[in-house]
Amino acid sequence: MSLHVDAGQPTRAPMPPSRRHVRPRPGRSFMTWLDLKAAPYLLVSPYYLLFLVFGLFPLGFTLYYSFFDYDLTGTVEWTGLGNYTAMLGDAAFWKAVVNTLAMFVIATVPQMLLALLLANALNKRMKAQLFVRLGVLLPLVTSVVAVAVVFTQLYGRDWGVVNWVLGWFGADPIDWKAERLPSWLAIATMIDWRWTGYNAIIFLAGMQTIPKDLYEAASIDGASRRRQFWQITIPMLRPTMIFVVLNSTIGGLTLFSEPTTFYNGNVHGGTNSQFQTVSMFIFEQGFREFDYGYASAAAWLLFLLILIGSAINFLLIRRIGGNK
Amino acid sequence: MTTLSAPATTRRRRAKAPGGAAGLWTATPMTRLVLAVTIIISAFPLYYMIVIASRTNTEATDMPPPFLPGGKLGENIQRVLSNPDAHYLTGLTNSLIIAATVTVSVVLISTFAGFAFARLNFRGGKVLLLLVLLTMMVPLQQMGIVPLYRLMVSLEWVGSIKAVILPYLLNGFGVFLMTQYTQQAVPNELVEAARVDGASTLRIWWNVVLPAVRPGMAVLGINTFMLIWNDFMWPLIVLTPDNPTVQVAINSLNAKYGTDYVLIFSGTLMSILPLIVVFIAFGRQIIGGLMEGAVKA
Repeated sequence: MSLHVDAGQPTRAPMPPSRRHVRPRPGRSFMTWLDLKAAPYLLVSPYYLLFLVFGLFPLGFTLYYSFFDYDLTGTVEWTGLGNYTAMLGDAAFWKAVVNTLAMFVIATVPQMLLALLLANALNKRMKAQLFVRLGVLLPLVTSVVAVAVVFTQLYGRDWGVVNWVLGWFGADPIDWKAERLPSWLAIATMIDWRWTGYNAIIFLAGMQTIPKDLYEAASIDGASRRRQFWQITIPMLRPTMIFVVLNSTIGGLTLFSEPTTFYNGNVHGGTNSQFQTVSMFIFEQGFREFDYGYASAAAWLLFLLILIGSAINFLLIRRIGGNK
Repeated sequence: MTTLSAPATTRRRRAKAPGGAAGLWTATPMTRLVLAVTIIISAFPLYYMIVIASRTNTEATDMPPPFLPGGKLGENIQRVLSNPDAHYLTGLTNSLIIAATVTVSVVLISTFAGFAFARLNFRGGKVLLLLVLLTMMVPLQQMGIVPLYRLMVSLEWVGSIKAVILPYLLNGFGVFLMTQYTQQAVPNELVEAARVDGASTLRIWWNVVLPAVRPGMAVLGINTFMLIWNDFMWPLIVLTPDNPTVQVAINSLNAKYGTDYVLIFSGTLMSILPLIVVFIAFGRQIIGGLMEGAVKA
């Protein structure tokens, strides 16, 4: 902002944004300036350079592309909001949205409850504590593709273990990939298998920060352990729950690897797109149909979906405990 | 003194709050059962991977399914490695190079930035940190995928692992984690004292900060390695099947040999071995890091 020039101040480096606050040490002013004023910016600059190139630039261009119509012949045409209005009337897009939301809910609700119960179990005095925790966390080391490969086999129609077990109870073999609900359930179990233990460990960390006097006071008042869990543990766990639920919301709404691998690496999500997610839809539009504009518009709508989903979940969690 | 006070607290605990304090409840048989079942469920798919990977395809599609490992593991692994469509060894090498490069870079970048945000006062620092937090909420992978791909096309990097490595270097979580960790592990007084002694900022980073935040760096490193090793969508787009990552190689097997279960399972089994090694070697740190990160967030 200011244009004043200090005598003897070398101008080899760009001016710092806050020169007025340079500590008055006239002797070795440049080195001091470099060390005290410029160093913090130099230290954070690698991150922001990367952010500029691989964060801000793609985000901006996604918005820009979304106003254009690309077709396979290579013609590019301005359509304004055309991609967005077309998408709002596109049954395939809405199907992907419904699939994504359904799998998210089917996976997340039981997962949160199970993770809470598991965390409560882990929060007790026991032998081989580290072994037990590692055992619970074991699924996390499996790559998503590996999980999906194994579960796809387990859910096989003809030779899958799941159908074999269901057969004991007289159930007919289920074609897990063919229909919406069975495929959603199969994919939801893949997600839950991988993430429940992880979330339980996070909840456990939250539980261990709850002051023990609260429980002592409650037991003196004669509150049962169950009551303590619902009236102390759950409300006190609110910050951790917000963290876990927001994480799951972002992860769940951007679901890609499990359903893709479930259909042998195809992003169409089954014969009728019965388990195609929004991320797969973006991939299909952008890199199978090469309609970059449509894919970009879908990406922005996905972002909107995540914002709405996060806001709803945030408010939901805030109410837990707020009322108690 | 310890010998005296320890039984005293135990007695008090028993008297006042029978099993009242969190973390001090003893596990009931029910708890043990729940945990045992959980561990079995956690381990089963991994075990099943070994079972199928060591069988033949006819055995893999037997009814009832096999539940014990067979003797064909070596043979199946040989088939994966020599498969002309998967380029499995290339994939494995690429994944190692990518994950290692990204891990080292992300840890360094984050440690630098974390130090600046946590212990150096500078104008705009708070706003810049807030920006990091905000971008953590944006699913950049999905949001930026089309322009990033087109960028790689115009740079003629498609098919090269450079195209995979560079976007991964942007990691807001790392900056956030190292800021938190530095705040906790490096007392402000220590930085001030070093400053008074005439140490430069870089010297303070090297001599004061780095030794103190090493555990945080380990946690971030392990996390990053696992994340990058497992990632699938971006390499699938930007790499070609003849120069894949290990996940893309598995995907090629899956797409072309969908019914050759033992082949796919052997490839999958080998792909998680490096992660199992990391998990066994650093299990304690992984859990510690997860729990600390969660409480601070």
